[in-house]
Amino acid sequence: MSQHTPRTDHQVIAQWVAPKSRVLDLGCGDGSLLKLLQTQKQAHGYGLEINSENILRCADIGVNVIEQNIDQGLTNFDDNSFDTVIMSQAIQTLHNPDKVLLEMLRIGRQAIITFPNFGFYKTRLHLLLNGRMPVSEILPYEWYNTPNIHFCTFKDFDVLCTDLNLTVKNREVVAQGKQASKLQYLLPNLLGETGLYRVTKNNHPT
Amino acid sequence: MSTVPTSSIQKNTHAHPADASDNVGIVTPKSMTFDTPLALASGDVLENYDLTYETYGTLNANKSNAILICHALSGSHHAAGYHSYNDKKPGWWDNYIGPGKPIDTRRFFVICPNNIGGCDGSTGPASINPKTGKYWGQTFPHMRVRDWVHTQARLADTLGVTTWAAVIGASLGGMQAMRWALEYPDRLRHCVVIASAMNLTAQNIAFNETARQAIQADPDFHEGDYLNQQTLPKKGLSVARMVGHITYLSDDGMGEKFGRELRSGSFTQGENELVEFQIESYLRYQGKKFSQTFDANTYILMTRALDYFDLAREYNGSPAEAFKHAQCQFLVLSFTSDWRFSPERSHEIVSSLIRADKDVTYAQIDSAFGHDAFLVANQERYRALFNTYMQNIEIAP
Repeated sequence: MSQHTPRTDHQVIAQWVAPKSRVLDLGCGDGSLLKLLQTQKQAHGYGLEINSENILRCADIGVNVIEQNIDQGLTNFDDNSFDTVIMSQAIQTLHNPDKVLLEMLRIGRQAIITFPNFGFYKTRLHLLLNGRMPVSEILPYEWYNTPNIHFCTFKDFDVLCTDLNLTVKNREVVAQGKQASKLQYLLPNLLGETGLYRVTKNNHPT
Repeated sequence: MSTVPTSSIQKNTHAHPADASDNVGIVTPKSMTFDTPLALASGDVLENYDLTYETYGTLNANKSNAILICHALSGSHHAAGYHSYNDKKPGWWDNYIGPGKPIDTRRFFVICPNNIGGCDGSTGPASINPKTGKYWGQTFPHMRVRDWVHTQARLADTLGVTTWAAVIGASLGGMQAMRWALEYPDRLRHCVVIASAMNLTAQNIAFNETARQAIQADPDFHEGDYLNQQTLPKKGLSVARMVGHITYLSDDGMGEKFGRELRSGSFTQGENELVEFQIESYLRYQGKKFSQTFDANTYILMTRALDYFDLAREYNGSPAEAFKHAQCQFLVLSFTSDWRFSPERSHEIVSSLIRADKDVTYAQIDSAFGHDAFLVANQERYRALFNTYMQNIEIAP
């Protein structure tokens, strides 16, 4: 397997994961993030996934993968049994993102969430100019076959965190696969392609 | 057709599946006698016993490629290959053991023993008790899963295998594999648990008791002393097997295979001939075939071992506490249509392993074959995942 450079969003996430911590990755995809956390942070991780090809890839690279549908609940995981619970580019596919977010912070001391920012200017322009639901490189689906059913913007996510009484510890912006420029930091909702959040329960010491 | 050379046609016609490049070929069972008394979980002591087993592949120089296969209720040591060219059927797990198969005999040295209490060569109720000169029958000691694990460890000792690359089992075999991880944590690197559970449900015990009652109600059973009475409780064992067989298949699978097809008779108005459904005939055939080759007392003993098994009994009833003792990595697999050992039961194993902070891979394979799915060939996802996991098991060169 070729040793390619880790994705920018994965590198950001790795900065937020403490060495040797216990990590749960909800919707772990091909396992590349968990593999990075294993090698870079000596984390002990588990990934939940429902796509059979992804499960096979995880097994192939030696990542702990569990076939489990997040939408059917996470009750088999104990309170505070993980240091970090991650959901990377999956929250927009869930039936109840708010409930899952609370579940993540029941199970883990901190939650890391990344999502495609629907407020990104290209997305806005697509709808404005074409009058059709946005299709892009990172959102390649048509409206009728997309697994992404709950889109949000940076602003929307901030509001959700406030409503759920959660503290945003860190917020990062990624655009065109790179960490954000100063301008993008100033206007994340317009210029950020991907949002990355580190969240804890309010008044959590972490 | 005319362009094909005659010689190749002849070769293909005579080719036996044992000669296929992915088959272990013709195999011969081995036997070993153990004279050191074995203290059983029941408190009984077995003074000596024979263990019949088969091996496939070659043990490497540093003995790091050995795999133990634990068989289920009606399995035996004959897991792969053929005993002779006259055999029509290969060993019970031939679909998954062989060159290029998930349990790849080009890489691994595979050992499958017949468990004691069995009836395929190892000492069991159908063996002669040396103290009495009579068949053991129901006087053969009760077995628990851990007893088999201990006999398998002794077998490993004699073969010079200190650590298994993997211990693999499905159903009752999966229970043995899990018990291995707790009893001898430093003697296995991987534990593969397929279509199994940490204990049986009440419904599952109920099916087993129904099977036992069928056997015991047969007038030829003679309280288990039938061999000394020179008879066999075939009818009872046949019904027991029929009950079991129903529970190993899924409703959909049975429906697809047999539906309401008739074997004989008809429902035409005015016709009085007795109607027989295909499924009746199939089940009776399976029951009859089984009752001629399997020992009824072994069936009772094995079902009891299933019923008694409780992984966490000695660990305050906490499976996570139990698994904390394990040191190996786990692969857990289940099948969607398996209602005898449902995916939920496998998921319980997985959740307990995560609580215990153990490495585990888990998949729930889509299959219409019910509990028997673990035996069935041509299930691409099952094969691919099993294969990938096994290939990643490291073997010291």
